[in-house]
Amino acid sequence: MKTAKINVKDGDLLATLREFFRSILQLDDISAILVPQHLPMKNVVMPTLVTDPEQLNGADPLAPVFPMNAAKIVSRLTRKPMGGRGRVAVVLRPCEIRAFIELVKLKQGRTEEVVLVGIDCLGAYKNVDYTQIIEEQETDFTSRFYRNVLSGEKMADHGFDLNPACKACEHPVPNGADILIGLFGVDTNKNLLVQARTPKGEDLYRNLDLSDTQEPPERAEAVKSLIAKRTAYRDKMFAETTEVTNSVEKLNIYLANCINCYNCRVACPVCYCKECVFVTDVFNHEPIQYLRWANRKGVIKMPTDTVFYHITRLAHMSTACVGCGQCSNACPNSIPVMELFRTVSFRTQKAFEYEPGKSIKDEPPLSVFREDELSDVVGIGK
Amino acid sequence: MGNFEPTIIAFVCNWCTYTAADLAGTSRLGYPANVRLIRVMCTGMVDPKYVIKAFLEGADAVLVSGCHPGDCHYINGNYKARRRIKLLKEILPQFGFGDERLRLTWIGASDGIQFANTIREMVTQIKRLGPNEAKGTMVI
Repeated sequence: MKTAKINVKDGDLLATLREFFRSILQLDDISAILVPQHLPMKNVVMPTLVTDPEQLNGADPLAPVFPMNAAKIVSRLTRKPMGGRGRVAVVLRPCEIRAFIELVKLKQGRTEEVVLVGIDCLGAYKNVDYTQIIEEQETDFTSRFYRNVLSGEKMADHGFDLNPACKACEHPVPNGADILIGLFGVDTNKNLLVQARTPKGEDLYRNLDLSDTQEPPERAEAVKSLIAKRTAYRDKMFAETTEVTNSVEKLNIYLANCINCYNCRVACPVCYCKECVFVTDVFNHEPIQYLRWANRKGVIKMPTDTVFYHITRLAHMSTACVGCGQCSNACPNSIPVMELFRTVSFRTQKAFEYEPGKSIKDEPPLSVFREDELSDVVGIGK
Repeated sequence: MGNFEPTIIAFVCNWCTYTAADLAGTSRLGYPANVRLIRVMCTGMVDPKYVIKAFLEGADAVLVSGCHPGDCHYINGNYKARRRIKLLKEILPQFGFGDERLRLTWIGASDGIQFANTIREMVTQIKRLGPNEAKGTMVI
């Protein structure tokens, strides 16, 4: 592992990052860079694929918003050999890297032609909140945001709080990245950290003309205390969510305004089925079926199969859930989907001792079995 | 509660537990009529959806039963089933479908007696536990 510092000119992190991305893009074996950027046609931040170094002026990986989990984009870019002249550098949040690693294990993406560039994550607002914030705030909102967050202050002048998914996220550092850009525990007015964490990252690092240094000792401490804060929030969220969903009646209330739009499944980076069974004819019931159900119970809530859908989705993807919170972002009826899915995922991941996105080598629990295991599952008890 | 007759949905594999159930019948072994047998070719084809659907439709318990480890007609279907049941046993109790309502057993083709005993024991347990509350909801 190699570590370097790069100078931040005039305390402007964004300009420094853009310059750094430009220097990556100018390398011979990098054909493009995928980076979130303010769009020229509308002030929203979306992933952009850039080949022209002059087209990085709107790059803003610190904007506190990500309208989608970009692991899905990287999956599309890498599902087959690209045949470009080199690799594509992809700038991702830690949760996006972890989701991408899950997709690679599910054969829905390849790492060969990408270099994962991860930045310490400062969190994001809900998509709808961010849209409202930048409507009312100054154009350079990102700069004020990262300065406040990094100096430990609250953004007190608007009524919005960070996305609960981010507040509960215990993975603010992109450990799975090839190249890590570090902000925590670093004096970001003066410099930021660049770290090569894999052989692939070291290849790129070598070509970048950086001077080696040591990781500042404050960094580990800063990360540790941030994770402790996030974990405390997370555990409180787990307890509260468990309390309001611990019977089928309560779960029905929790999901009562689900309209089967399946937005949460579309937004989910690790919902891996190419065709969801819930949009197939299996759930295109005979009209008389609805009457039969209604006759049996006297009244049924419409649409049907909502709770069934969510529990099935939990069975499919909960071991791979990275907690990015895009499911909640996508819900038109403000159901706290992330809270429920993270609460259950925590249990299923623990049961199989599996941490999604940690390593490409860890096999997804439902894709393998051992002959000698899980004897406690078998039998009818006493 | 005294008159409560539970409904148990049992997914039984063609090669072992279904044959055991058949043997129980031909041996004239009695067991409670609360169980609804669904014959599948292998426990490895029991999609978690089947179990979830059974509970949401009001089944008081679900039994998945197949060949002993090493005996699977398809070599390893029962091992895959075991992981899926483990997964469901982590998810479903969160929503009030307690661990005791979902059972996985290995009952070989010659174990007619064990099949009858298993059903008897499960019915006793579920009677003690009471009905699945999903039965009374308006959600399908």
